[in-house]
Amino acid sequence: MNSADQDTHWTIERVARESYGRLVAFLSAHTRDVASAEDALSEALVAALTSWSRDGVPKNPEAWLLTTARHRLIDVIRHQRVVDESEPTLLFLTQQFKEPTSSGEFPDERLKLLFVCAHPAIDPAMHTPLMLQTVLGLDAMRIANAFLIAPTTMGQRLVRAKKKIRDSGIPFEVPQPSELPQRLDAALEAIYGAFGIGWDDMAGIDQSGQELAEEAIWLARVLLHLMPKEAEVQGLLALMLYCESRRAARRGKRGEYVPLSEQDTQLWSVALIQEAENHLSEAAKLGRIGRFQLEAAIQSVHAERARTGQTEWNAIAVFYQQLSRISPTLGTQIGYAAAIMESREADAALQLLDAIEQDAVSSYQPYWAVRAHVLRRLGRTREALNAFDRAIGLAEDPAAKQFLLKKRG
Amino acid sequence: MQYAFLIYETPQAFASRSEDKATYTAAWKAYYNAALEAGIYVGGDPLEPPETGTTVRVKDGKRRVQDGPFADTKEQLGGFMIVELPSLDAALEWAARCPTASSGVVEVRPLAPETKRRVTG
Repeated sequence: MNSADQDTHWTIERVARESYGRLVAFLSAHTRDVASAEDALSEALVAALTSWSRDGVPKNPEAWLLTTARHRLIDVIRHQRVVDESEPTLLFLTQQFKEPTSSGEFPDERLKLLFVCAHPAIDPAMHTPLMLQTVLGLDAMRIANAFLIAPTTMGQRLVRAKKKIRDSGIPFEVPQPSELPQRLDAALEAIYGAFGIGWDDMAGIDQSGQELAEEAIWLARVLLHLMPKEAEVQGLLALMLYCESRRAARRGKRGEYVPLSEQDTQLWSVALIQEAENHLSEAAKLGRIGRFQLEAAIQSVHAERARTGQTEWNAIAVFYQQLSRISPTLGTQIGYAAAIMESREADAALQLLDAIEQDAVSSYQPYWAVRAHVLRRLGRTREALNAFDRAIGLAEDPAAKQFLLKKRG
Repeated sequence: MQYAFLIYETPQAFASRSEDKATYTAAWKAYYNAALEAGIYVGGDPLEPPETGTTVRVKDGKRRVQDGPFADTKEQLGGFMIVELPSLDAALEWAARCPTASSGVVEVRPLAPETKRRVTG
């Protein structure tokens, strides 16, 4: 590959990265057919490879891609028209498309696409994968890796979900204020899912979560740009930025796992913590507390250690208690128990852990990691060793496994 | 549904068995216990290293016996485990936790009970 070709490649990659979601969102907003929009866009990207290498990169690459993709879509729909009635769609594609493409400007419909991906009619487990593919342009293989699902299975599920969007007429619109809170929750949940759940002191570091972290933060920024007055959007962004600020400190020199409490605060990013704090205080001004703000508040207490040298576990326990009222998930219950262990006594922590239904935790790694530490503090050595074994056996990350093996002794 | 985990190990992993590396055994012990306690463990066994294998085939009425394993690959079948889980997704989750997943390869295959039933009647 010569350097001009290389430049073309980079340009296409950059434009695809920056514009994929906007183009798919705009193309599908009126046709409601995400799959066809994506197909048309990937054909346009392939066409760009030859055309731009030969004739140079156009002045407005985005507009070029949009025009090319639109022509492909028109071809597809003309073909379909024989089978069914697609007159309105075709009218839209041929007429209304002209104006935005000539000026190179077209409306940003990504927010609508985000809400479509997180629509209640779609299987919640598919919200994040759909969003990753349609808004961010990740391929099914990468999404399958991130979710630990067989690539063909993931491909089929994505196809099915897009078919559902098209066939059930899920509207491409920002929900009405009355239903916005619930719908927004699902969208935020999907973004946080991309960030990598299990970002927990005790849990192993999820490799794919790291890869997706930046994409998720970028999406939250887009969402915040479009909805600056939503406290939970600020909260989610703050939460992810706090976690991101510790990236450099999460592994030791030899790649070993370093738990939050043992991290060198010098390695934390002051700039990201500052940014997270700004978002959290902006959220507080809006006066509507929510799950992501509480989770961010917990992370903000941890971040304080960089200044004070100690962790206010009492404050963390209080935030977890509030959180368990809004969002009583397994993760919250276990986080609360861990905070209680640190702030007061291991006895109370064990009671909390014992109160959790055993079936729910039989393969939930963080539960066994916390339980192991609680039992050890209580001097119940043999039971602690058993719990360590289960935590090690359930861990996926080899570094986390090593860490726990060492702690187990 | 029952799945087989076919566990392909690296030469280093085979070596660390006989060297009795504490971490190798400890990681497997932990994994086995976790599977047992979660109620998904059906059965399984480790295999002796690949050089102990011998292959037999009969071609055109002639026997061919060879030393060594069937496939000449870097990772070799080191053992298998049968688990009972509701879906492939759940099986992949457990396979990823297998100590070998981070050094070698774990292949997840559904058992074929229908075929077995036809054979065994």
